[in-house]
Amino acid sequence: MISFTIDGQMVEGKKGQNVLEVALDAGFDIPHLCYNENVKPYGACRLCLVEVSRKGRSKLTTSCNYPVLEGIEVFTATDKVLRARKMVMELLLAMCPGSPLLQRMAKEMGLNEVRFKKEDKDCILCGLCARVCEEIVGAHAIQFAFRGDRREVVPPFQGEATNCIACGACVIVCPVNVIGMKEEGDERTITRWKRTLKMKQCKICGNYFAPWYQLEKIREKANLPKDFFDVCYTCRS
Amino acid sequence: MRIGREIKMQRLSSPQELEKYRQEILSQRNLNQTIVTVCGGTGCHAAGCHAVVDAFKKVLQESVKNNGISLRVTGCHGFCERGPLVVIHPKEIFYQRVKPEDVPSIFSETILKGNILEHLLYEHPVTGERILTEKDVPFYKKQMRIIFGNNGFIDPTKIEDYLAVGGYQALVKALFSMRPEEIIQEVKKANLRGRGGGGFPAGIKWESCRRAKGDIKYVICNADEGDPGAYMDRSLLEGNPHSVLEGMIIGAFAIGAKEGYVYVRHEYPLALTNIMMAIEQARGLGLLGKNILNSGFDFDVFISRGGGAFVGGESSALVASIAGDVAEPRAKHIHLVESGLWNRPTTLNNVETWANVPVIILKGGDWYSQIGTEGSKGTKIFSLVGKVNNTGLVEVPMGITLREIIYDIGGGIPEGKKFKAVQTGGPSGGCIPESLLDLPVDFDRLTEVGSMMGSGGMIVMDESTCMVDVAKYFMNFLKDESCGKCTSCREGTKRMHELLTEITEGRGKLEYLDLLEELGWVTAEASLCALGGTAPNPVLSTLRYFREEYEEHILHKRCPAKVCRSLLKYRILPEVCTMCGRCAKACPTDAITGKRKTKKEEGIPFRIDEEKCIKCGMCFESCKFNAIEVQ
Repeated sequence: MISFTIDGQMVEGKKGQNVLEVALDAGFDIPHLCYNENVKPYGACRLCLVEVSRKGRSKLTTSCNYPVLEGIEVFTATDKVLRARKMVMELLLAMCPGSPLLQRMAKEMGLNEVRFKKEDKDCILCGLCARVCEEIVGAHAIQFAFRGDRREVVPPFQGEATNCIACGACVIVCPVNVIGMKEEGDERTITRWKRTLKMKQCKICGNYFAPWYQLEKIREKANLPKDFFDVCYTCRS
Repeated sequence: MRIGREIKMQRLSSPQELEKYRQEILSQRNLNQTIVTVCGGTGCHAAGCHAVVDAFKKVLQESVKNNGISLRVTGCHGFCERGPLVVIHPKEIFYQRVKPEDVPSIFSETILKGNILEHLLYEHPVTGERILTEKDVPFYKKQMRIIFGNNGFIDPTKIEDYLAVGGYQALVKALFSMRPEEIIQEVKKANLRGRGGGGFPAGIKWESCRRAKGDIKYVICNADEGDPGAYMDRSLLEGNPHSVLEGMIIGAFAIGAKEGYVYVRHEYPLALTNIMMAIEQARGLGLLGKNILNSGFDFDVFISRGGGAFVGGESSALVASIAGDVAEPRAKHIHLVESGLWNRPTTLNNVETWANVPVIILKGGDWYSQIGTEGSKGTKIFSLVGKVNNTGLVEVPMGITLREIIYDIGGGIPEGKKFKAVQTGGPSGGCIPESLLDLPVDFDRLTEVGSMMGSGGMIVMDESTCMVDVAKYFMNFLKDESCGKCTSCREGTKRMHELLTEITEGRGKLEYLDLLEELGWVTAEASLCALGGTAPNPVLSTLRYFREEYEEHILHKRCPAKVCRSLLKYRILPEVCTMCGRCAKACPTDAITGKRKTKKEEGIPFRIDEEKCIKCGMCFESCKFNAIEVQ
């Protein structure tokens, strides 16, 4: 075990863990948007900033991708941390002023006013959708494109996401809930990626339970018999 | 990637054979023979040196008396302002701004008869004296060209030329009379710091990489020079690619790497061609590849081409790009020396840093560390551009003052204008005011005053430059070139640019200045890589040294340098106006009214309707009587 302190309190972490993970487990409140324990830390939103003091040198860093190290001192709420975090929040809110989550988080931080021109974007560019799609689903259907403030998450060549299996993982993981999924009749659509797939009907109950394409991909990958998905999960069990 | 030209060379299998080959090359060269060298560097290329080369070829072909006269196209000499440059050896006669039509007389007069063509010599701007040789030109006098000096002598496409000036001697010394630890010790003693901008001590980097666990290690040469207006790495790679290669081989030996990569941006076609050719030639002679000179050391170099993203020059982004990913920096809590390219220990240095290595090995760390200041040793190549008489590449010892670079080497400010600021370190460097001109140039001093060494860009600005506009210009570049990953950098640079735009367009408020400072602080502190870490420098440094100029824009809606178009006012002086009507004709928005004066009729002086005026300046340009005033 690796021991270090967070705001003076002794904590322990395992090799390979990051500071945010340990801090959240220990009950510390560090705001974050682009972190999800199921995918690799990325460090894009910059909200989980903390001050880390190591070998007598102290610096601001994101806690989500800072590895736990023996003897470091982590401070989650110094003036420096709060000042930087508040500005990052203001920048995010100026970008996506309509997001209820951002509004709530900003309020909690005591941010009452946005001093920049408000934009009407909805995506905060945390990249969770793309990372889940790549690391968990393995579909690689969407990815970041372009640099600077032109950056966005898009399907290849900004067209239809032809690799998308409409599993909805990105929809669930999106912290600001802007990807959107709808099911109508025998079709499921992931709105943001303009992907509509036909659903398969269960031979027993007659419910449309999952997209054909998705089931085919799973069947191929797991080397399952052809008729494996003729019946839905509920009816099978 | 291979190039078309087949190189027939004998593989050398010992240091003795290399030395023998060098002597052979030297014995075939007659030192009294006339050699015409024409600079083929970037600046001279743009000034039309290729037509000059063709003209020389033609003259030499046609002449019956051309025995022993040879023509050599070299790399950049540095004095780009005066290109195309021609030097005639062995007398080292230095002709500048040579045009193709000058070539026949250079041949018939200077080469054949030894007569000097006065009008092609450099004229001293103060004394008016004509200067005969390159070394006596003031531009070169204060320089110390230990890295860049050979550029003017050698044909970069010929390894023989590099060998003739002592090339690969350092490699022999390193491979056969030094242990890897001793090489690292020498580089540490020299205190060679990274020339790409970071200024991290190369020796310490090498040592950590050598100690890092792993059997496969890499060395990388960063030639992704992306600063606007900077071209020192380009010129080194174009003009003396073997010096970079030799440095890499020595470094690889010291670290224990068997493979290296040169990451060169796609926009540098000549640099790419020349380094590829150099690699091919070195392989042909057995200076690269398996068992180099029979030393038992294997090492080879490959090329990777960048797509032109500024952030691609950041070390971890560059490594990602070589591996085929998007050039996006990653957190470096684990350093590249431990886990870099393909998660193997990797040493990445910039072109100029590698080119310093052979010099250090050959002359020793003690010799090298005599040059420079306490914390910064050796020389640095700067790309001196902007409002300065002698633009070009200058190599100076660390510790030289900005004043010496700008006035003694650069020849001061053109058109008798007043110096205002110098921006060092590329787009994310800071602007240094006149009061700090006597600052010794080294890594630490530049950082202290809010700028940085960067990779060596140096842009001189005169009184006609608006500092708010300058900050806006660089912020525009950086907001486009940020990779966009960190909120603080992507949004921070964008918002700084937005606030600066407001100020330059007359909508600024005084509280914007505090907001800019706060944004600058957060962008630098909260962002992941050095791009975000240094991005606010242009804003913060101009706020620090030129705050009154910001205030002038905000409080009085006035741009003192008359640059910010929205704040300008054009007015026709009725007492000067001749009522010719030219301005009214030139105005694209019909904002100018009046009546033209003819022989028959009285005119009415013209005037500008401010509401309609779009401040394009067409009227100002068109007026022949200076009747239009800009405020």
